[in-house]
Amino acid sequence: MEPALFFFWAFAAVTVVGAVGVVVMRQPIHSALFLLMSFLGVACLYVQAGAELVAAVQILVYAGGIMILFLYTIMLVNVRRQRTERYLHFQAIPALGFGFLFLLVVGGVVVNEARALAAKVPAADPKALATTVIDGVTVLGNTQAVGWMLYRDYFLPFEIASVFLLVAMIGAVVLGKRTMERFD
Amino acid sequence: MSQSFIHYFLVPLVKGLLTVVLVGLAAGVLTWIERRLLGRLQIRKGPNRVGPQGFFQWIADTIKLLFKEDIVPSRAEKALHLLGPLLLFTPAVVVLGLVPWGPNVTLFGVTTPLHAAADLNVALLLILAVSTIGVYGIILSGWASNSKYPLLGGLRAAAQLISYEVPMGLAVVSAILMSGSLSMVEIIEAQRKAGVWFVFPGLIAFFLYFVSGVAETNRTPFDLPEAESELVGGFHTEYSGFRWAVFFMSEYGNMISISAVATTLFFGGWLRPFPNVAWLGFLDVVPAFFWFAGKVFLFLLVYIWFRATFPRYRFDQLMALGWKTLIPISLGNLVLVAIAVLWGAAGLKVLGAVLVLLVAAGFFAVWRRPARPRTSTTMAATNVEVRA
Repeated sequence: MEPALFFFWAFAAVTVVGAVGVVVMRQPIHSALFLLMSFLGVACLYVQAGAELVAAVQILVYAGGIMILFLYTIMLVNVRRQRTERYLHFQAIPALGFGFLFLLVVGGVVVNEARALAAKVPAADPKALATTVIDGVTVLGNTQAVGWMLYRDYFLPFEIASVFLLVAMIGAVVLGKRTMERFD
Repeated sequence: MSQSFIHYFLVPLVKGLLTVVLVGLAAGVLTWIERRLLGRLQIRKGPNRVGPQGFFQWIADTIKLLFKEDIVPSRAEKALHLLGPLLLFTPAVVVLGLVPWGPNVTLFGVTTPLHAAADLNVALLLILAVSTIGVYGIILSGWASNSKYPLLGGLRAAAQLISYEVPMGLAVVSAILMSGSLSMVEIIEAQRKAGVWFVFPGLIAFFLYFVSGVAETNRTPFDLPEAESELVGGFHTEYSGFRWAVFFMSEYGNMISISAVATTLFFGGWLRPFPNVAWLGFLDVVPAFFWFAGKVFLFLLVYIWFRATFPRYRFDQLMALGWKTLIPISLGNLVLVAIAVLWGAAGLKVLGAVLVLLVAAGFFAVWRRPARPRTSTTMAATNVEVRA
């Protein structure tokens, strides 16, 4: 097997095993760790697709920030061990059935699309993947390209989105403060 | 052996192993240096029995830790308890692998950069990303121990690392602005081209980076996650034997990583001082790797010096320092550096000169201030005795 293909399957396996682990595990903290594993697998896949900026940001934001806050919350709320309790008593069999149907439909669509794409588009050239052309200038990697897109071409939408996030954050702080004052 | 096998498999493997071994050895030697130096700073001797000047103390300690019983608390989460130290140690080594130690070297007919990982064009971002993974090791070992003090230590570590990641990231951005690249090698090359180490125009950024770095490595004065007087040992209370030693090695590994990144971003990495001044060319006698290692070593000494000098922060003080002081300063500094970069090549030099002059003026002002009546150490000691 080609090395690139071998690594693709390895990373894909890590991602899928992580994703399955998230839903299967009983302990919230184990689920969170499997989610982390899945994130790291996806980051590796991004690197293989020549999107190393997205990969680094994926680890930095999701693995480094959001997941740590998840863990923090889980540890604060659920310090004692969760009781081992079955939640899916009688739904298990219908759930499996519908899940399988869903898999068939989505899987069929994805495989068909991939076949059609593979027939049309030639195999990606690694050299072309490693560089990006902006305004006729070829630059290494895609950090610069993403920067130019965000801060020049789509400057206004980007800023509006960040203002939205700021508003949401201030709202959360205000709500949190109000409940805290009531309890004081 | 085919050429591609050597280039894509053998060389990276050797370099990776070299990095791991180097971190382990350096951690051992550093414990000895730290204990001796702390001894000098606290007017006592430190370990001086095993070997010349007590140098073999660290080997003796390693052997002791290797053969100690490895105790896992009975109700601990076994798998996560095992995973914790590893998750802390791995990122430290990976970060060190992403930092270039020197230019190309030729050994056994193979020419390769002295750099465990490839020269990625997002290396700096990846360093920030990978170093945040280390906090999982701390949180998990705190949680999996099934004990109160480790849990508290883990929670403190998580809050602390997330808070200080922000000023650290913003400080790193000014180095990116000055060099126009995220690649570590290109940042060094940019400092050669600019003819000035980025520490001068980035004086504030360097200060912020190093303070955040000390906080991220949980060293004094920010060692709250393992504050002995409050939490016994913090997140590693329930560890013993070699797994405890792995925590120790990761702490030193992280210190080395932070120092190595600071060296690369602000002190020209493996460049000699004043890389553009021709008559200083004789300095090139020292190989590039040793310039790099020497600079890193100086930072490590500063770490130890900090430990002997500063008392520990309180937790609210720590948070206030991070969010209310360091982050606003780093944002202001970013604007300053951006203006200098827009100005052009002269901008960096002017900003550097202004900052150095300001610091010098600050020192001068402190120095000129009428001194309080001085008491020698012996007198201070007698005073204490009298009061007692």
